[in-house]
Amino acid sequence: MALFSSHNVRIKGISACVPKNEYDNMNYRWIPAKERQQLIKTVGVAKRRIAEKGVTTGDLCFHAAEKLIQDIGWKKDEIDILIFIAQARDYHLPATGIILQHRLGLSTKCMTFDVGLGCSGYVYGLSIVSGLLNSFGLKKALLLVGDVSTSSVSYRDKSIYTLFGDAGTATALELDATAPPMHFNLQTDGKEFDAIYIPHSGTRRIADRTSHNLRNFGPGIERNMIHLALDGVRVFNFATMEVPPNVNELLASQQKTVDDIDYFVFHQANLLMNEVIRKKIKIPKEKYPYSIQDFGNTSSASILITLITQLREQVSSEHLTLLLSGFGVGLSWGSVILETKDIMCSELVEV
Amino acid sequence: MNIEKFIQDIETEFEDLTPGALKPESIFRDAFDWNSVNALIFIALVNTEYNVVITADDLRKSKTVNDLFVIIQERIK
Repeated sequence: MALFSSHNVRIKGISACVPKNEYDNMNYRWIPAKERQQLIKTVGVAKRRIAEKGVTTGDLCFHAAEKLIQDIGWKKDEIDILIFIAQARDYHLPATGIILQHRLGLSTKCMTFDVGLGCSGYVYGLSIVSGLLNSFGLKKALLLVGDVSTSSVSYRDKSIYTLFGDAGTATALELDATAPPMHFNLQTDGKEFDAIYIPHSGTRRIADRTSHNLRNFGPGIERNMIHLALDGVRVFNFATMEVPPNVNELLASQQKTVDDIDYFVFHQANLLMNEVIRKKIKIPKEKYPYSIQDFGNTSSASILITLITQLREQVSSEHLTLLLSGFGVGLSWGSVILETKDIMCSELVEV
Repeated sequence: MNIEKFIQDIETEFEDLTPGALKPESIFRDAFDWNSVNALIFIALVNTEYNVVITADDLRKSKTVNDLFVIIQERIK
């Protein structure tokens, strides 16, 4: 059971970058205006940021990382580890993190690899970096997490076109014996792998000319086999049934209750779904910030986008106990309780 | 759980419904503007109020409000 604590690792700073290009979901003319209004009200996404064609997750993470390294004053040659986490990577190969090592001007003595996770990626990433820093006694690490999910979504698929936004983030972590512990609860269910997937995206089914043919999947839903397919009801049932017990189990393992946590910063999946989860855990509204209205579902970047756009002042100046939770594609989900104190929370970067 | 409470829950959630118009024998797809968003709202309602999972298949197989009620009641047990 992946319920464990990690010690000696301090979060030094966080940053995020989004494209300047904003899309107002009221302009989505594939469906009637009334339906657009209903979608915005229910799913919660009024606006979102869309990367221009050719702008990658690596690009957004690069700008987030540059800003953060500058703000915390790290020397680039001191960074021992760079971990990059995304579903939408710059290339199938090589790993995007490797390209970023060079582009950021990090040392060739830096250990780098990619992890293929989506919405759960930030929480998983914190555990991976903590584990690496501790096991190897390395000092400084950069965790770069994000996605340009809009790159694989069909305009003619009303079930998901208005949902996603693009973003990249950076987190600086360092080995520090005085750091407060982080407590994790990580889970996986591969049985549901096709609840969120791109059918012809790898070697199981290599994309060919027919993969680009649009197919009809119901009223207002047309996509091809290299577009993202998301089974809304299955994902909804998964998240609302699995996330609350995961969070409650984590709280109980630390003898904590909802009252002991200052903020619950959850993946911004979909307002309706997030609200069911909130009600089931009985989290008061004021402890449960949202960024989905302005940025949409930004995959693994959503936790940091929410922290940076909704709680920047508190995170920068207060000693907080946070519970972060990510859940989605995989299916993969996980939560972490951590404390933040004196952390650099960089201003949102827009490119 | 009884069907009167179930119907009341639905009417509270979907403001467009005229109170009292929805009956156990009503075809729920005709009773209001049924679409995928409304389906999710309904699933969320059942999940929050009764902690019961409704699948897309359950919705496809059901015609009346009572059909849905029976499914939920069976799963509460």
